[in-house]
Amino acid sequence: MRDLRLAVRAGGGFGLGLAFFLIVTVMVPFSVGPESDLLSRIAPGVLWLGALLSCLLSLDRLLALDWEDGSLDLLATAPLPLEAVVTIKALAHWITTGLPLVLAAPFLGVLLNLPLEGFKWVVISLLLGTPALSVIGTFGAALTVGLKRGGLLLSLLVMPLYVPTLIFGAEAARRGAMNMGVETPLLMLAGISAGVIALMPFASAAVLRINLR
Amino acid sequence: MSLNVSDLSIARGGLPVLEGISFELTRGQALILRGPNGIGKTTLLRTIAGLQPPLGGTVSCGEDQIAYAAHSDGLKSALTVAENLTFWASVFGAQSIEPALEAYNLAPLRDRPAGALSAGQKRRLGLSRMMVTGRPIWVMDEPTVSLDQASVTLFANSVRGHLDAGGSALIATHIDLGLEATVLDVGPYKAAPLEFDDFDGGFL
Repeated sequence: MRDLRLAVRAGGGFGLGLAFFLIVTVMVPFSVGPESDLLSRIAPGVLWLGALLSCLLSLDRLLALDWEDGSLDLLATAPLPLEAVVTIKALAHWITTGLPLVLAAPFLGVLLNLPLEGFKWVVISLLLGTPALSVIGTFGAALTVGLKRGGLLLSLLVMPLYVPTLIFGAEAARRGAMNMGVETPLLMLAGISAGVIALMPFASAAVLRINLR
Repeated sequence: MSLNVSDLSIARGGLPVLEGISFELTRGQALILRGPNGIGKTTLLRTIAGLQPPLGGTVSCGEDQIAYAAHSDGLKSALTVAENLTFWASVFGAQSIEPALEAYNLAPLRDRPAGALSAGQKRRLGLSRMMVTGRPIWVMDEPTVSLDQASVTLFANSVRGHLDAGGSALIATHIDLGLEATVLDVGPYKAAPLEFDDFDGGFL
């Protein structure tokens, strides 16, 4: 199982998501102008949006590479259940995409003049929310795996599923940055992540089985 | 241990391609599938490997008995030969990759990235994967594509070793492997064209 993660890491675009995140957050101050008040108000939202979009960017490579070189067929006939395969895929995606975003967020927060109290909550909310992004994204990738140029369809399918995570994640980060209570959105976010992680692998595996026919 | 196929009908892209196929594969036996392009050999092998459901009939064999080798080898070009093989060995719970490397003469290439291999070398690596699966029934789709004569001999030897060890093999191929094998020509089992009399029925 560890090797699968390794294999995915070698094949996946490691820096792509992170570079995109960097570009988005660096460009925002240029586009909205040098008003530090405004920037610090929108900083949590921008960080969350940037994280979500860079997550989306790397999704279509998640299963497509394995589909192209035929290893998906071989994995489906291996003793590993497909549910485990997609879970590990999602985990590998989170380690290569989600985790770097979480770690980079505080540094990019400085560029956006994020209030000091906000750093902790941005990181915590991203840490809770990005696993859900990876797991939902794996489901989307499983849905579109056989399609050529499935990226557009994948984004359209996954976007609505990302909305709850974005709302509660960004809300938790915003409230944290403004020194308000963060319990409710944070609990909702954790609930979404836990539910999605528990249920989505079964849906992804079922969809993948149909797509492999 | 044995693979039993009875009255199997299969479809590709929703259209029936083969019907009424029955055969039995027992320990130490090899079965060669022949038939013209597009007759449905790959579809038959995918159905037997459990990747797609049959239209009718049954495929019966024990749980986790079949190792399947498709047209593509499932190699990661960024990983070395040994890493690729070790990955599959750990998925299938095999102990050592050395016998497989030896059998296909891959030991000199073990630290070469799979992306830098020639087509025939990649194919050999893909076939050596069968040896680390440790499963008794090998189902192989055109295994000799892009292999030279010497490599075909290596392949035939590995299949013979597998059969001697009590395994069995189902191989779709066009060339003569020099194996003592039963040959099944799937041509006569071609499915009758669909009757479109009640074509609208499904839509009403």
